[in-house]
Amino acid sequence: MGRRKVGEFVIVVGCGRLGAYLASQLSQDGHSVVVVDVDEASFTSLTAGFSGFRLEGDATELAVLRQAKTDKADRLIAVTPHDNVNLAVAQIGKTIFQVPQVVARVSDPQREAIFRDLGIHTVCPLSLAASQLLGRFAEEPPDGEEDPTA
Amino acid sequence: MRVIIAGGGKVAYFLARNFLAKGHTVVSVSDNLADCRWLARRLKATVVHGDGSDPAVLEEAGAHEADAVLAATQSDQDNLVICQIAEARFHVPTTLAVVNDPDNRTVFPRLGVKNVVCITELASNLIEELATADEITNLTVMAGGAVNVAELVVRDTSPVLGRPLAEASLPPDVLIAGVVRDGCATIAHGDTVLVAGDRIVLVTLPRSHGRAVRLLTGED
Repeated sequence: MGRRKVGEFVIVVGCGRLGAYLASQLSQDGHSVVVVDVDEASFTSLTAGFSGFRLEGDATELAVLRQAKTDKADRLIAVTPHDNVNLAVAQIGKTIFQVPQVVARVSDPQREAIFRDLGIHTVCPLSLAASQLLGRFAEEPPDGEEDPTA
Repeated sequence: MRVIIAGGGKVAYFLARNFLAKGHTVVSVSDNLADCRWLARRLKATVVHGDGSDPAVLEEAGAHEADAVLAATQSDQDNLVICQIAEARFHVPTTLAVVNDPDNRTVFPRLGVKNVVCITELASNLIEELATADEITNLTVMAGGAVNVAELVVRDTSPVLGRPLAEASLPPDVLIAGVVRDGCATIAHGDTVLVAGDRIVLVTLPRSHGRAVRLLTGED
């Protein structure tokens, strides 16, 4: 078990590759997880170890977030493939349901910057990958590398 | 006024048409190429093909100089984000989001978008209003339009309440024929006293009809 306090109530919106992975992992780590997706078929991506709840519905609807008991959630993670859905859900979770920790995945770096400035926690996979790759440029000068063709 | 209208559907199209007719400058934005072509053929507006919630697209549409951004795409969350970006990034003075989900009329203002119009709510309120505006029913016209018979509900603002009909100074050529109160019908006489909520059967000649209806419904 990790450093995280066990027994948190986490809502994962979007059960794509990332959402299913996060939901399965968090559930296995002992958290209570509700995963929400508009497409019921997406729940097949969850691993056998997932013991949380699956909720089929559009999380941009207040009624669906209510059904997910968002007002009781410790965290909300919005990782659908649509930036605007993630941003709307994260803001509704934070402002309307007072969820202490919300994160939205935002693919467009420009949009991410705007909403980070507005106080929304965002994760931009492109920026993350880019900074890691660029970081490697600084850490590993090509001279120090083994020659892959050798 | 320079107005950016996001969305390719009918709502966006008619909004754009109205603004153009009033002499405003309109830039339409849609991420659907077919919609863009359709809009470009019908409107004297600049049409930008792209996602209105992409800051680069909004900039291309002239968001820096825009007086208003109207977000009227089919998707509520896109409209939310378009308005937020227009305000936060481009400081557009007026933004408005069109929404479908009635809940969002209260949710979006709490997320900083002040102007929200809910099309579905407007339509359903209007229809409800029309359907319940049954306070006046024209029962029939007799003698080829020479006599009207109507049924209506007497409102509490009507000046004829609280005294016998004989003293209620009704216009000439007006007869209150019957009164339905608490589901019980009676024939009205000179000593009948009306109370608010009474449903009455009114017989009038056309020249007095309007005045009589206004008087009894308390609109005068």
